[in-house]
Amino acid sequence: MAKKTVVETTLNGETVEFLCEPRECLLEVLRDELELTGSKEGCLTGDCGACTVIVDGRSACSCLMLAVEAQGKKIETIEGLAGPNGLHVLQQKFLEHAALQCGICTPGFLMSAKALLDRNPSPTEPEIRYALAGNLCRCTGYDKIVRAVTDAAKTLASGARAA
Amino acid sequence: MAIVVVPALLRKLTNGAERVTVAGRNVGQVIDDLERQFPGFRDQLLQGVELKPSIAVSIDGEMGTGGLLDRVKETSEVFFIPAIGGGR
Amino acid sequence: MAASTNGKTFKVIGTRPIRHDGLEKVTGRAKYGADYSLPDMLHGKMLRSPYAHARIKSIKIDKALALPGVKAIITGADLPTLPDEMATGGEGPVNLAHLSENLLARDKVLYDGHAVAAVAATNAHIAEEAVRLIEVDYEVLPPVMTVEDAMKPGAAILNPKLRNKEEGDKETNIASHLQFKRGEVDEGFKSADYVIEREFKTAMVHQGYIEPHNGVAIFGSDGHSTIWCSTQGSFAVRALSAAVAGVPESNIKVVPAEIGGGFGGKLTVYLEPIALFLSKKTGKPVKMIMSRGDVLKATGPTSGSTIRCKIGCTKDGKLVAAKIWMAYEAGAYPGSPVGAGAMTIIAPYNIPHMIIDAYDVLVNRPKTAAYRAPGATNAAMASETIIDELADKCGIDPIQFRLLNAAQEGTAQTAGPPYKKIGYVETLEALKNSPHYKSKLEGPNRGRGIATGFWFNIGMNSSAIVHLNGDGTASVVIGSVDVGGTRAAQAMVTAEVLGIRAEDVRPLVADTDSIGYNDVTGGSRTAVTTGAAVFAAAEDAVRQLKERAAKLWEKKPEEIAYADGVLTTAGDPSKKLTIKEMAKQFARTGGPITGRGSVNLRTVGPSFAATCVDVEVDPDTAKVKILRATCVQDVGKALHPSYVEGQMQGGTAQGIGWALNEEYVYDDRGNLRNFGLLDYRMPTCLDLPELETVIVEVPAPGHPIGSRGVGEVSIVSPPAAVANAIAHATGIRMVVLPMSPPRLMKAMHNKRNGTETQAAAAGR
Repeated sequence: MAKKTVVETTLNGETVEFLCEPRECLLEVLRDELELTGSKEGCLTGDCGACTVIVDGRSACSCLMLAVEAQGKKIETIEGLAGPNGLHVLQQKFLEHAALQCGICTPGFLMSAKALLDRNPSPTEPEIRYALAGNLCRCTGYDKIVRAVTDAAKTLASGARAA
Repeated sequence: MAIVVVPALLRKLTNGAERVTVAGRNVGQVIDDLERQFPGFRDQLLQGVELKPSIAVSIDGEMGTGGLLDRVKETSEVFFIPAIGGGR
Repeated sequence: MAASTNGKTFKVIGTRPIRHDGLEKVTGRAKYGADYSLPDMLHGKMLRSPYAHARIKSIKIDKALALPGVKAIITGADLPTLPDEMATGGEGPVNLAHLSENLLARDKVLYDGHAVAAVAATNAHIAEEAVRLIEVDYEVLPPVMTVEDAMKPGAAILNPKLRNKEEGDKETNIASHLQFKRGEVDEGFKSADYVIEREFKTAMVHQGYIEPHNGVAIFGSDGHSTIWCSTQGSFAVRALSAAVAGVPESNIKVVPAEIGGGFGGKLTVYLEPIALFLSKKTGKPVKMIMSRGDVLKATGPTSGSTIRCKIGCTKDGKLVAAKIWMAYEAGAYPGSPVGAGAMTIIAPYNIPHMIIDAYDVLVNRPKTAAYRAPGATNAAMASETIIDELADKCGIDPIQFRLLNAAQEGTAQTAGPPYKKIGYVETLEALKNSPHYKSKLEGPNRGRGIATGFWFNIGMNSSAIVHLNGDGTASVVIGSVDVGGTRAAQAMVTAEVLGIRAEDVRPLVADTDSIGYNDVTGGSRTAVTTGAAVFAAAEDAVRQLKERAAKLWEKKPEEIAYADGVLTTAGDPSKKLTIKEMAKQFARTGGPITGRGSVNLRTVGPSFAATCVDVEVDPDTAKVKILRATCVQDVGKALHPSYVEGQMQGGTAQGIGWALNEEYVYDDRGNLRNFGLLDYRMPTCLDLPELETVIVEVPAPGHPIGSRGVGEVSIVSPPAAVANAIAHATGIRMVVLPMSPPRLMKAMHNKRNGTETQAAAAGR
């Protein structure tokens, strides 16, 4: 077992330091070391997107990233999505549109959707579906998720504050 | 007298008869009467002193819940069918 | 907004409040099974067989035990031997010996991925390293991978002790044979003008829940244990873990965590008893999480099947006879859903003559588990495509054809009993009038298909408690695990009866110590049966409210009325108390109010659904694009329409995946090749269009609200609907699932070249 490394990173806007083995992926460290269990393990091979986080503005599967790679990066997880004034518009719209059933894929979808809207505030439906194609949902058939994201985009475009 | 509609594979016990009349005020008594008329039924339907877990009883279109104690009326129609599970 | 059903008007039921557990789910705070941790916890991992069929000659664990950090290793030999007979547990009958052997093999391994040993270590990585150090000596045996191979004379035998009633003392892979018969089928076919007979092969598919199996167990030194896990049935976990681990059931508390999807696959146990046993052995809590690969290799998928289906009708479109032979893969142990397949395959129709032979067959694949309306989807692929072909031959619209033969109240079901009030005709009419069906589909390579499906829905046991709080709000405690949003629906039922807002009811899913016995969340039973228990509990609370008001006003309870949260008495308008005001008087009128409800529902209204899909088939790649899809379903009475729509959409999406891409791919050595979510290809957001829904409400008789089961039936008809759409787009009748591009391509190629029928071309 190799010696642990100290990693310094920015997590949800805060500077954070953690210890990890070189073989550990970011998802493991988030969940087991930092006790941020909002990002979920669905496959550990980057196929389901349940572990989606945002790294330097891009959505990424935290199971495909080694924890040591977080050094010096800006990481956003589901735990940081809601703001001091309440839920992010995306979270609110997911609730209103009943865009979740079991909810296990929801954190991943919210992060992918946030990454999309941060770079493309007025996506078309095909653009939304394309951006979310890396997140699997087995419960909903995606219909209400797409409606929620569409509605969130519209609400944000009309000048509402995100969170 | 109540009627038992005999499952297809058990009609060999009743000489091919699909419907047989039975006496009995509950499922247990009905099975006893079936055994009396057509030996071999108990072995097919019971495990020890209870209904086999893989078998469910329908009485007049309603699924039984009390096993051998479910009441059977004079005019009842009784079916023995495979128990069904499901998954959501 | 008031909704009206069958004379009943509801104020809360039928509305769309935000679900009570929504906030924790969208913030990532909800705790699923894998999110639980305890101090000083060990991690457990399993060693699994790389062979589909082999005898275990020896297992050497000393190297693994010597690895620093490893605290215990167990094999099948450590577990208690259980009786090899059917018992009740889970959602239906269970053979405990088979269950225990499935969790840890005894003398044989029966599928690629069959667990052979379990390790507990201080962290998951060390446990995995230790697993690799365990040495197993196998005697490899020939794998039997299809029902045809398993049923052939001279086939390798999976379980030498297995007997079925018909083959006497002969060793066999056929676990059971069921038959349903009505009328004289050969005579029936004589009166048919058109007869279509085809053989269908459907591939094994998995429920595909995004959350792998998990469990955290702590065996207390006082003998009392607790298990946290994601499950559809906490009482089932308790019973089955007790049996497998050899711990008294009453000493185990199961706390159901939030669950990330189940669809029937989490009605049984895989890890919990092992974690419990390892905890007992090490004296520490043990956490186990299954990898995705192991989930696909070793947890119940649903059966692949071979179905030979022959149906005949007159030229006026009257169905006269059906002869069906169906064999379903049980996997390594008996228990495929072939019985349900047999009882649903022609359930929507009134057919006077029929014979159905159904076989449950062992193969070297994982033990199958329930998957949303288990057995019915395979069956509908066969019957609904043949019915479509017959309608085409008669020149009758497919909905009209079905209306001509529709089962109604009084029609005999396949197993014999007559239907009570059902909504098949209403479902067909709603489909006919849907915007989708009324729209025109134009363009080359495009086709529309419809199909219908049936599912029983089960009743069984549920308990609930309603507490009235001091501020006029209420709590409802249920034992049914919430997979898809049921706790909100149960809060709505409570609110409806109490005459308060849904927001003023707090729902709680309790552990096995805190609530009376509940059967599993499955079989489309929860909204209905737990709903009935909740309804009863709320009514019990109302009865007590009336008694309290009677006491205060010196009247008899029968003279008190309760409506919209207000107590009144006839003839004295000055006497009026809201539930909030009454709550302040609980202490001095007798103490807190708790209502109880406990039901074991005898009959639950069955459901019918219909799917309509429009497809476009790419002539060069054979990729099938779903242009438009609609699900129509009779739900009796929708409690929370958004979540009812969600169930319909979810089942439709799974059905489309089953139709077009999902399958287990085994090589000729019996190893699963696609044990990941890249190659076990489920639909993504990009593969599906908007999913339209039409809710039909034909109330179920005998239920206080009229609800029917909701969760399952929507998955039954999509594959047949897609097959029918492909037939109308290409002229090709597919007889395999999935209708993936390679298979459809081959069939299209053969059609273009005029060679062989696609029945032959599209073999598995």
